[in-house]
Amino acid sequence: MAKVLMKGNEALGEAAIRAGCRFFFGYPITPQSELPHYLAKRLPEVGGVFLQAESEVAAINMVYGAAGAGARVMTSSSSPGVSLKMEGISYIAGAELPCVIVNMQRGGPGLGSIQPGQADYFQAVKGGGHGDYRLLVLAPASIQEMVDLMGLAFALADKYRNPVMILGDGTLGQMMEPVEFPEMLDPEKLPQKPWAAQGAKGREPNIINSLYLNPLELEDHNLKLQAKYTQMAAEETRSESYYTDDADIVLVGYGSSARVCKAAVDQARQQGIKAGLFRPITLFPFPKAEIQAACRQAKAVLTVEMSMGQLVEDVRYNLEFRVPVHFYGRAGGMVPTTRAVVSKITELVQEGGRSA
Amino acid sequence: MITVFEKPKSLTPAKTHYCPGCTHGIIHRLVAEVIDELGVREETIGIAPVGCSVLAYNYFNVDMYEAAHGRAPAVATGIKRVHPDKVVFTYQGDGDLAAIGTAEIIHAAARGEKITTIFVNNAIYGMTGGQMAPTTLIGQTATTAPNGRDPEVQGYPIRMSEILATMPGAAYIARVSVHNPQEVAKAKKAIKTAFQVQLERKGFAMVEVLSSCPTNWGLTPLKALEWLKDNMIPYYPLGVQKAPEEVKA
Amino acid sequence: MLQEIILAGFGGQGVMSMGQLLAYAGMEENKQVSWIPSYGPEMRGGTANCSVTLSDTPVSSPLIDEPDTLFVLNRPSLEKFEGSVKPGGLLLLNSSLVKVEPQRTDLRVLKLPVDNLAQEKFGNSRVANMILVGAFVAVTGAVSLDSVVGALKKVLPEHRHKLIPLNRQALELGVELAQS
Ligand SMILES: Cc1ncc(C[n+]2csc(CCOP(=O)(O)OP(=O)(O)O)c2C)c(N)n1
Ligand code: SF4
Ligand SMILES: [Mg+2]
Repeated sequence: MAKVLMKGNEALGEAAIRAGCRFFFGYPITPQSELPHYLAKRLPEVGGVFLQAESEVAAINMVYGAAGAGARVMTSSSSPGVSLKMEGISYIAGAELPCVIVNMQRGGPGLGSIQPGQADYFQAVKGGGHGDYRLLVLAPASIQEMVDLMGLAFALADKYRNPVMILGDGTLGQMMEPVEFPEMLDPEKLPQKPWAAQGAKGREPNIINSLYLNPLELEDHNLKLQAKYTQMAAEETRSESYYTDDADIVLVGYGSSARVCKAAVDQARQQGIKAGLFRPITLFPFPKAEIQAACRQAKAVLTVEMSMGQLVEDVRYNLEFRVPVHFYGRAGGMVPTTRAVVSKITELVQEGGRSA
Repeated sequence: MITVFEKPKSLTPAKTHYCPGCTHGIIHRLVAEVIDELGVREETIGIAPVGCSVLAYNYFNVDMYEAAHGRAPAVATGIKRVHPDKVVFTYQGDGDLAAIGTAEIIHAAARGEKITTIFVNNAIYGMTGGQMAPTTLIGQTATTAPNGRDPEVQGYPIRMSEILATMPGAAYIARVSVHNPQEVAKAKKAIKTAFQVQLERKGFAMVEVLSSCPTNWGLTPLKALEWLKDNMIPYYPLGVQKAPEEVKA
Repeated sequence: MLQEIILAGFGGQGVMSMGQLLAYAGMEENKQVSWIPSYGPEMRGGTANCSVTLSDTPVSSPLIDEPDTLFVLNRPSLEKFEGSVKPGGLLLLNSSLVKVEPQRTDLRVLKLPVDNLAQEKFGNSRVANMILVGAFVAVTGAVSLDSVVGALKKVLPEHRHKLIPLNRQALELGVELAQS
């Protein structure tokens, strides 16, 4: 198939359909609205259902319903709306249902701004709602990667019976790049879900539930969930290392910040500085072995994000505090510039890469 | 031995956890009998709320969900959109449906979701210890309204059936009671109609069932039924609020 | 080749589709491209802008802070972006609307009264942007004229494809003016 130029939000919509998603429930919010706009048109064409819910709370519970009924289903929102979904997400994780949640992050806290942000990192990777649960979090950095990760998101959601979040930001949602789509998956041909609630025909009833009044049982359930997260950490980490082999200074960033970092690495290399970039693609599970390998040579690490410092905590933790990890962040909808990141790199080189 | 009392197929053998004299149990039975009589047990998906009936998924012998507090109509919407041919019902208390889940029920009705809602109004938050519900009557005491509900402070009880009957998407809305055998029979008829309306894809259907909570009302089971009749029915009049023409006839 | 472009003007002036046209033209030549719009309330009536990158290698960052080329279609855009252009970069000005002089002396400036030209030559002010795009093509050679014309099919809705010849003429006028 030939490449088409497409906005990130719309590309995600088409990619979801290609992945066999036929159900979308959501509530409008900038900067992700092109995704529901696209699906409102496109889903009925393929026999799917697009429904605008009365709130994000309702939308995520519709997702809970559809996921428990065995369908590939998705919702999307941006920061304030995702906060509202957190209750439902916890139930979905607790009931072990597969679904995909898109967060096109904007500046916060509160109503914040509608410009791009990355300040929902903690919410995304640490669970976000109540209870010990994790989302599998995928962070694309280009439109093509958004498309590729959408297919993966549905596959992993089904594999682990766990909600998967695609963590983007306003920039990725709004920008256009050429993309190529995979072939259409036939939802009818996807593996059966014998656990789903579809009517107890000739079998015992299936129950979609996250309530365990017996604490021992609930603890067992928690252990089972943890085992899934451990398996994810063993099997699902993904990352990109860019010029890290000989790098004295390794930048770490995800999503659109990583694109800025890449340009900064290019410029630093032109100035003769051995800079590289480590880009986690799965934010949970965090690619621990990969980041350690990428920073083997590094005298200093610089984390760049559109927040006041969230990813940086995981970077320090996963590097086991062996390398000084510095931080550069913008917030509130401000986007780091390549120039600012390059000057940070030069500063670090002058300091000899010491002390964090 | 002759069988005088047989459990409906749509109930599991599990023993319910309801307090003695609580009418949740009767309402479960009515719903189960209707499902049996309509022959849709294997096509039915139910949603339990958060409230005293939170464990309803253990009692109904059909595919069940447990939903977050108030969200059952949204969950039902998700299910029904995936399986338009299945029978989907929610079972909700008055705190669940008329307080935290007001938006979800109103919009499910507004969309004309082809689902059936069993709304158990006992004028109290049963499960959490007798707090005031949106349906608690004026003057009725609750653990969070120790001097009785005062409209100056807590406003007025909500009549959900009347509100929902105004929605074009709602096809069938009725209020029934279970305080005596005659009313129980009428309640069953209404519940059956509410399922039939769904099967005929007419729109949203709800039966509000006035129910007793002897435990939190501080009354014996019998006194509770009397209290229901004397206090709840005057404020929450029984009857069909809205029905498709052929049902009315 | 790496060409980073910012296009800025009033909301209704068509800067967004002008940017998309350049991105599609790049795709016609198998270049790597990206397009990012400004978005939000500023779009309503205020100034809108977009950033376009055309490159022979994968686009590292689509976010541009130092453009090689700046298209300016109204005065506020000149004030907002003039300072950011790379030294020696190109500034394309719609002088029908921007009556002030740029402050920078280290830029290659091309001032074209495109609104007036479009009206006079073609009786259609909507092709004003095309004159600027033509000039850009002539000066930078970042994409060919043919690619831009080819890309018009992608940017214009089907029912307006009959306007392609007119757009082409406007592009050609831009090329001519830039070369003279
Ligand atoms: C989000 C949330 N808030 C509060 C609760 C606690 N809670 C559990 S049941 C309940 C009230 C239920 O009352 P009602 O719906 O009237 O049902 P009943 O127990 O009377 O049958 C509350 C407030 C909860 N589980 N979830
Ligand atoms: S608390 Fe009230 S509603 Fe709950 S089971 Fe007991 S009697 Fe029934
Ligand atoms: Mg109650």
